[in-house]
Amino acid sequence: MVSANTELAYNSKIEGDVVVSRLDAVINWIRANSMWPMPMGLACCAIELMAVAAARFDIARFGAEVMRFSPRQADCMIVAGTVTYKMAPQVRRIYDQMPSPKWVIAMGACASTGGMYRSYAVLQGVDRIVPVDVYVSGCPPRPEALLDALIKLQTKVSREPAARQLFRA
Amino acid sequence: MATEYTFPDSAAKTAAAAPAPEKMTISMGPSHPSTHGVLRLQLELDGEIVTAADPVVGYLHRGDEKIAENMTYNQFVPYTDRLDYLAPLANNVAYAIAVERLAKLEMPPRCQAIRVLICELARISSHLMGLGAFGIDVGAWTVFLYTFTEREKLYRLFEELTGARFTTSYTRIGGLARDVPDGWLGRVGAFCDQFLPRLEETLALLTRNRIFLDRTAGIGVIAREDAIAYGLTGPNLRGSGVPLDLRKDRPYCGYEQYEFDVPVGTRGDCYDRYLCRGEEMRQSVRIIRQVLKNFPGGDWYARDARKIFAPPKDKILTSMEELIQNFMLVTEGPQLPPGEVYFEAENPKGALGFYVVSRGGGVPWRLKIRSPSFCNLSILPKVCVGAMLADIVSLLGSLDFVMGECDR
Amino acid sequence: MTATPDAAALIQERFPQVAGRPSGDWPAFNVPADQVLAVLRTLRDEGGFDVLTDITAIDAGPGSSPRFTTIWHLFSTAGHTYVRLAAACAADAQPAMPSATGLWPAANWHEREAYDMFGITFAGHPDLRRILMWDGYPYFPLRKDFPLAGLETELPDPDVAAETAAKVRAAPLMGGPFVAAPGTTLDEAEPRAGDQSWTERTEKPR
Repeated sequence: MVSANTELAYNSKIEGDVVVSRLDAVINWIRANSMWPMPMGLACCAIELMAVAAARFDIARFGAEVMRFSPRQADCMIVAGTVTYKMAPQVRRIYDQMPSPKWVIAMGACASTGGMYRSYAVLQGVDRIVPVDVYVSGCPPRPEALLDALIKLQTKVSREPAARQLFRA
Repeated sequence: MATEYTFPDSAAKTAAAAPAPEKMTISMGPSHPSTHGVLRLQLELDGEIVTAADPVVGYLHRGDEKIAENMTYNQFVPYTDRLDYLAPLANNVAYAIAVERLAKLEMPPRCQAIRVLICELARISSHLMGLGAFGIDVGAWTVFLYTFTEREKLYRLFEELTGARFTTSYTRIGGLARDVPDGWLGRVGAFCDQFLPRLEETLALLTRNRIFLDRTAGIGVIAREDAIAYGLTGPNLRGSGVPLDLRKDRPYCGYEQYEFDVPVGTRGDCYDRYLCRGEEMRQSVRIIRQVLKNFPGGDWYARDARKIFAPPKDKILTSMEELIQNFMLVTEGPQLPPGEVYFEAENPKGALGFYVVSRGGGVPWRLKIRSPSFCNLSILPKVCVGAMLADIVSLLGSLDFVMGECDR
Repeated sequence: MTATPDAAALIQERFPQVAGRPSGDWPAFNVPADQVLAVLRTLRDEGGFDVLTDITAIDAGPGSSPRFTTIWHLFSTAGHTYVRLAAACAADAQPAMPSATGLWPAANWHEREAYDMFGITFAGHPDLRRILMWDGYPYFPLRKDFPLAGLETELPDPDVAAETAAKVRAAPLMGGPFVAAPGTTLDEAEPRAGDQSWTERTEKPR
């Protein structure tokens, strides 16, 4: 994507082979455009998640094609589906195993707020157990909605003070 | 000078020297790429061989049956979508027919034809997904992409008919949500015409594939007696040689008018189940073509079921009696007589049964959902023993279960 | 084995004290609890009902006695018909029923589910533990006196519960399900949702 981002401007006559930029911009650009999701595919939203990964909607365009089922290798956990109380501790465990920086997308109504399952067994929103960055509404959300959420997450990531966090102990 | 190489001792000699191998218990799931959802398999392993398997289900138990006791019959239809979420239309139809049996309602021919059509489209959609997931599990990523392309075309058809890609909530007690749109039937026919060659192309990637055969032929054999004793249904049962298909043996919804074959396997291994599903897709296209050829006109809902199905919208907005009728239907639900019924439909995963107990009124007293995936999974402790860990993955893929249905 | 098994005739002949049960479709019978296994065995071996399709239960409500009724559905692969058996559990407080796992291995999981949801213990079951809820869950959800929203309890995993301070809470129903219970009509014609979301105070975890 071409943007008029002067922090990444490059003039070969002046800089030669050196690119000068803000560290934040570079780190956030790298993180945003290679967001490897960990698909916590629990229920019907997982099917739409697979549809996003398939050929028609193609999440690979956004750098998020590599669905890493191992949390140690993932950046972003997409909670797709209903989180029951039985499953909630496992979701939290897997979230804890992800190395920071990590983000969470709550995909669908069930992950955002419990959805239409107002019952004894369903956690009313995955944000009761992990901090969520982007909520996607829909039951299930259209693949375009999930891609929109990914873009929103990328925008959010690009605004983070990455350098400060990096050098914090 | 020739160097003499010595090779390690044979396994038997090493075992005699070493202590008895300790077994390892690992937990496969609930978050695992190959478990098709949130299934947890506690496996006791002796090296690579499984000596015991204990499936733990319930990670997607959402309380559907309790919710059903607090919803009117029509309000529960969206919950049936999310049971087997790979073929939601089939669940909708099964539920509607079960409740209509309680009300002793017979659907007009057009309604039945539409229901058969959507059931078969849902069957194709579900088997394509099962095939794609099975392919990915055994390493065939291309199959997944091909099947999902075809499923996207089906999604477009479903979206045109119902408004949603899947999670359709299309049936109502006493009929359907709306009639088929103009030109939709032609598009279904066009889909079927272009689908068969693509299906052959996709299946050709797997059917005589050396690697696929090695991973599925002779693996996960389910004996005929076991299949019956454990309550298996659907392609899992037919793959083991039992020719039971509720569409042929207990026809419902007008299935008796259509000619189709039921594929039955011989050896009960993963490969036979795969072949059954592939052939079922071809037979589904055959049924769809017959439905399209003689598509009846007329009503798409039970016109005379005053207390059960809502009157037409234009009447509701203009006439007092229909307005009141609609109000009562929405607030109190379709008024059904007391009684109990049990109806099983031949869903893509197996026989989905609804046991509806009514004490009168618009809300069921008890709704039990007999889930085919729940019963199919109960055979895992028996079949996994003696298999290797990689074979478990093939077995799970070939059983083609859905946790939404298993846990409800 | 006849082509179309006649469950009614077989049961009348062998177990004359078994009564019929009103049913909307298939033949159904009310069986005393101590004869259930015998009837099931006869239907399987001589009636041709070789498939156990389903075992479930119905709770008639805390005021009724007998409160819990266990239901078996059998299917015949030869005759393609179903039969329904119903047996009332003797004790209302701690209902018990003999287990059919000796006749069909399929009964194993169905009985575990009936135990999990209703609390019916099946005598002779090899491994009676919860299947849909987690092992330490203290309630039986499908009983009529258990609310749809659930009751507060601990999360299944104490480590995660300590880390996030989360609990199993009652779901916000905003004033409850707005349907009339069977046999009654709605109290209010246009019920209004209770404003529960604004009053909910939950700490979000870090």
